[in-house]
Amino acid sequence: MDWSEAVTRVLFEHRDAKDVHTFEGWKAVGGFSALEKALKMKPEDVVEEVKAAGLRGRGGAGFPTGVKWGFIPKNTDKPIYLCVNADESEPGTCKDRVLMEDLPFMCLEGAIIAAYAIKASMAFWYIRGEFDLPERRMRAAIETLREKGLIGKNILGSGWDLDFVIHRGAGAYICGEETGLISSLEGDKGQPKIKPPFPAIKGAFGCPTIVNNVESLAAVPWILRNGAEAYTKLGTEKSNGTKLFSVSGQVNRPGVYEVEMGYPLRDLLENECGGMKRGRALKAVIPGGSSMPVLPADVALKTNLDYESVQAAGSMLGSGGMIVIDDAQSMPELLKILGRFYSHESCGQCTPCREGTPWGSRVLDRVADGAARADDLETLERIARFLSGTTICLLADSLAMPIKSFFQHFREEFEALVPTEAGEKSGG
Amino acid sequence: MTSQNGPMSESAKTGVAASAPRLSAEAEARIDDLQSRYPTKKATLLPVLWEIQNSEGWISTEWMEYAADRCEVTPSHVLSVVTFYTMFHTKPVGKYHVQVCRNICCHMVGAPGLIEAVESRLDLKHGEVSEDGKFSLEHVECLAACSWGPVMQINRTMHENLTPESAVKVLDGLE
Repeated sequence: MDWSEAVTRVLFEHRDAKDVHTFEGWKAVGGFSALEKALKMKPEDVVEEVKAAGLRGRGGAGFPTGVKWGFIPKNTDKPIYLCVNADESEPGTCKDRVLMEDLPFMCLEGAIIAAYAIKASMAFWYIRGEFDLPERRMRAAIETLREKGLIGKNILGSGWDLDFVIHRGAGAYICGEETGLISSLEGDKGQPKIKPPFPAIKGAFGCPTIVNNVESLAAVPWILRNGAEAYTKLGTEKSNGTKLFSVSGQVNRPGVYEVEMGYPLRDLLENECGGMKRGRALKAVIPGGSSMPVLPADVALKTNLDYESVQAAGSMLGSGGMIVIDDAQSMPELLKILGRFYSHESCGQCTPCREGTPWGSRVLDRVADGAARADDLETLERIARFLSGTTICLLADSLAMPIKSFFQHFREEFEALVPTEAGEKSGG
Repeated sequence: MTSQNGPMSESAKTGVAASAPRLSAEAEARIDDLQSRYPTKKATLLPVLWEIQNSEGWISTEWMEYAADRCEVTPSHVLSVVTFYTMFHTKPVGKYHVQVCRNICCHMVGAPGLIEAVESRLDLKHGEVSEDGKFSLEHVECLAACSWGPVMQINRTMHENLTPESAVKVLDGLE
């Protein structure tokens, strides 16, 4: 495929337009025409349109958004809720921040269309507590739309009512997990719940609920305006559309970039990010947020950025939080940081995670800090095994995957820190 | 019984002393508005706790009892929620609460040096408050600004692309 053509932009199509973060600015670039169009359609047809576009959840799981909407029971007599997941917390990920800061009305337009499609009467914008400008922008945007009649009673004469409120989190990574988010919204600790029942059947307040990531919803206005088919023409056969990648590390131009699905990782690093900083060479890439398996440089540079290709390479596209690791970094030190993070963020409800993540973290601390015991690597492998698939949510797996992949590709760095039987470090 | 009935309704209902804390009229009105929108009063617990912390700087036992009353939950439930979320403070923090990211992305672009410089300038370690109450320091996990690291957030203001020198300059500029 020839990537030399300018990448068609979906989410950032109007990012550089004048005052596009304001109501007037968004309206000037055709904003709310998708909402007007959607409200003239049957909600079921909006769901079908998004299904046909093949839009997949951009929070990390990649589940088809329209299919998820279709899980809301027909003819339920309970209220239906939409929760927007703006609890962006996966290390490496800062794309939703940019969408909310620069394009708050686009995000909201997508959310209102989603609420209409699932026949919600109430929507919550669950935003992480640390966000300042994103929260102010979203709060102001909701107030403006309330004044303009695009949130409230009988929106655009459709006979449909929607209320929308901001719900501010308070510092808990686990609330980015959809059932943890629901617990938090309900006024509880943000502890995930066992699925099934899935939120679409029994979610917030025991009612049918859809939880969607900001970036997923932000693509909806473009899809409605341009049609599902136009969206399917972007990207690869199975990964349609575009994706935001937030790139961090020692590259010349770290930042948030929109590329078509299937774009070569090498091109993103070399073109958009301007390559590695002088004197630094690429060592490894974590392509989709810190919980995803790490890829060594040679594998990463052959990978294309779509769900299937990244999976075939041995990792996952996840949230698109791309962590670029240079040759000056110590892998045991980086894994130690991840161990502390996931241990800190365990919600404490499942024993393997509550006990296993701090245990793993303690062992990783002493390995990285030069106090390893002879059998520490085997201990870590054992911990990674029992953290895998044994808990309600994926937080425990989120430490297991880095441990396994760091060991798989960079085991010699760890072995060099472990004493041999003679009591010396094998690395000399 | 709702709290919209008048300023004394909680005390009338629960027997809490008349000196029980109250938020400003504006904050009370905001809570009333939210409670008219949310499906349950319990669901407004996080917003109520934010109102308290925004007003008082931290959340004392008395204010937890107020939140319990306002949201119709037990004080022990409020305590469990307050202590679950890292942003709620159960003791006073500094006028400037300095949060430095220690996670992987900031680490790779200089967080260790930044943390050292900030600790040295403030003469504080993680979790400490200065004697004059001006500063408190916390090492925090990812602040979702990974492309602009290393970062430090002071109260709600984010400072990006810092060096040890520029961070000290920011701190020195605070009154």
